[in-house]
Amino acid sequence: MNPALDRYLATGAALAARLPGSGLPWVRDWRERARRRLGELGLPTHRHEAWKYTSLAALEKQNFEPLASPGTVNDVAAWQLPGGAHRLVLVDGHFVPGLSDLGRLPPRSVVKSFADALAQVPYLLENVLGEGEEPDALAALNAALATDGVFIDLGDGVVVEQPIHVLYLSTAAGSMSTSRSLMLVGAGASATVVEEHLGLTAEAYFVNVRSEVRLAREARFEHLRLQREGTKAQHLGALRVRQAAGSQLISQAVAMGALVSRQDIATHFAEPDCQARLNGLYVLGGRQHADHYTTIEHASPRGTSRELYHGILDGHSRGVFTGRVLVAPHAVGTDAAQANHNLLLSREAEVDTRPQLEIYADDVKCSHGATVGQIDENMLFYLRSRGVGLDLARNLLLHGFAREVLEKIGVASVRERLEQLLIERLPEHENLEGIL
Amino acid sequence: MSSLISIRNLTASVEGKEILKGLNLDIGPGEIHAIMGPNGSGKSTLSNVLAGRENYQVTGGEVLFEGRDLLALAPEERAREGIFLAFQYPVEIPGVSNVYLLKAAVNALRKHRGLPELDAMDFLTLVKQKMKSVEMNPEFLHRSVNEGFSGGEKKRNEILQMTLLEPKFAILDETDSGLDIDALKIVADGVNRLRNPERSMLVITHYQRLLDYIVPDYVHVLSGGRIVKSGGKELALELEERGYGWLETQPRAAAGRPA
Ligand SMILES: Nc1ncnc2c1ncn2[C@@H]1O[C@H](COP(=O)(O)OP(=O)(O)OP(=O)(O)O)[C@@H](O)[C@H]1O
Ligand SMILES: [Mg+2]
Repeated sequence: MNPALDRYLATGAALAARLPGSGLPWVRDWRERARRRLGELGLPTHRHEAWKYTSLAALEKQNFEPLASPGTVNDVAAWQLPGGAHRLVLVDGHFVPGLSDLGRLPPRSVVKSFADALAQVPYLLENVLGEGEEPDALAALNAALATDGVFIDLGDGVVVEQPIHVLYLSTAAGSMSTSRSLMLVGAGASATVVEEHLGLTAEAYFVNVRSEVRLAREARFEHLRLQREGTKAQHLGALRVRQAAGSQLISQAVAMGALVSRQDIATHFAEPDCQARLNGLYVLGGRQHADHYTTIEHASPRGTSRELYHGILDGHSRGVFTGRVLVAPHAVGTDAAQANHNLLLSREAEVDTRPQLEIYADDVKCSHGATVGQIDENMLFYLRSRGVGLDLARNLLLHGFAREVLEKIGVASVRERLEQLLIERLPEHENLEGIL
Repeated sequence: MSSLISIRNLTASVEGKEILKGLNLDIGPGEIHAIMGPNGSGKSTLSNVLAGRENYQVTGGEVLFEGRDLLALAPEERAREGIFLAFQYPVEIPGVSNVYLLKAAVNALRKHRGLPELDAMDFLTLVKQKMKSVEMNPEFLHRSVNEGFSGGEKKRNEILQMTLLEPKFAILDETDSGLDIDALKIVADGVNRLRNPERSMLVITHYQRLLDYIVPDYVHVLSGGRIVKSGGKELALELEERGYGWLETQPRAAAGRPA
């Protein structure tokens, strides 16, 4: 047996009676099944194809513990979205109403913490949470230990204009924060959810966050994961979406923080005419490691998917990108395109990129492309030939490379914040002042 | 009268292949020189060497610009000293909007000349005025540099940059190719407006037509990496009629070489 696994299982069992929804038999059952499944599967290792390049050794070496209550955070003004938002704040895995501001939500919409939802409207969650098995070991770990999260349920046709901003703050060294969210978007409804992760400690901690999303017919949903964890953090994130006919998903994953981060993003086209756009940007340095594992299941006819991931890697950092595209035999008229481009700023930086296309249907369009290289010499020369100095020319190109992804973000305040964060990470970025 | 730029016995190679094989050219202030010559003869190589592209190795000779060693300067320093190359194939730069490039270029130049940076308003006013002069829609400011531009739009963008940067010495490498008749006139007008007694230009073209609009003082034929013939503007007409076959394109074999 694996002692780390036993430890996490024991923690889950010990907490079970105190975790949200523990008064409900089906929730207890859900967690128990998750523990059993985790016990069977074990934590993934390099021997698992999907975990070939990313190690969870830190989770085995260090005993991360859930906190019984949130650490102290006095205000979140610094992280508010300037354009306004419905804000939920989770500190160390616990919803903090005093820091949250849900504002005014349209009728027939429910937005609250996962714990409150289990206490107040459990029947809305039961069908989705209670059904089936957790798909993998980390999902099971998440289910076994989730202390809170977010619940969103939008009725048919409900349009939430402002983004729903979920701020996850980690305050304590050695802490383990586990959050489970469920987002149900009704037919023709539309919303944007920004999940932003920040570390308020420079020490190691562990975040495991998972969002399950259901899009009804013609729903439109934009999801942003802004991973800005502390420099020693371990971050495991997951987004799993199930799409009904004609629905649209936009997923934007931005990774700038954490020592080790993994983002699992998967969508399933359960009905015809679905669309998905998966965009991502990782900007890494030092010894950072970021792994993005994406899966698009074209399980129905006429689905369209577009995927664009860019990486900028400096120092000894390492990026991993996997783009799985599965096209089922009857998914005719599928149109899938994928691209992953990486710029390496140092000799020691490294990227592993792998498209994985499994196509079982005829009459489909599938393309993919991946590049790993240095800043383009021709572009650099062009800028320099106009009198632009080498350092500024490089920064303009790096900024432009990142912007190709960032400009796809619909929420202006988020886009601008990320652009600013990106600029601050560029070497000698003062030279961009007055130009951008 | 002393030359603005003086190229002496220049030899250069790309990827170990010698392209320029002893090229001599003197251009005085205010002069317009045209270079014509067969495909692959080294015209763009010359342009790139003058602009400072690093994968072109200068293996011999020298280039003096205002009496100074041009080849010792980095590409951006050359640009700031007043060299401008309108590229034959302008590169597309996704994500970098035209306005960023223009602002960075104008500011770098002003700084070099000891002038204060333009504020955002003054800059925009200036750029929009210049765009108008080359009949470019202001929306191009916010598009990525050359990305998705048509061939003609790319060339016009080069001229816009030149108009803004007001170089002392401009090289136009086939700026006329890909232009429709109206665009050709717009570009030529832009170039002619810049003509003054100090500013010199090197116009590379395959077509005499351009030289009806931008009338050169001298025409040279570049072939096999050397200037093989020079003349006045009539030479262009003669070339149009007779092609390049009648010109000596290679140095004669040394006497005594076995048959
Ligand atoms: N980067 C390179 N690598 C290899 N060969 C090159 C490179 N650049 C130029 N050459 C070669 O050098 C020679 C001269 O090319 P250059 O572009 O200077 O010709 P040109 O006179 O401008 O031709 P054109 O009229 O077609 O534009 C050609 O044979 C070309 O293939
Ligand atoms: Mg050429």
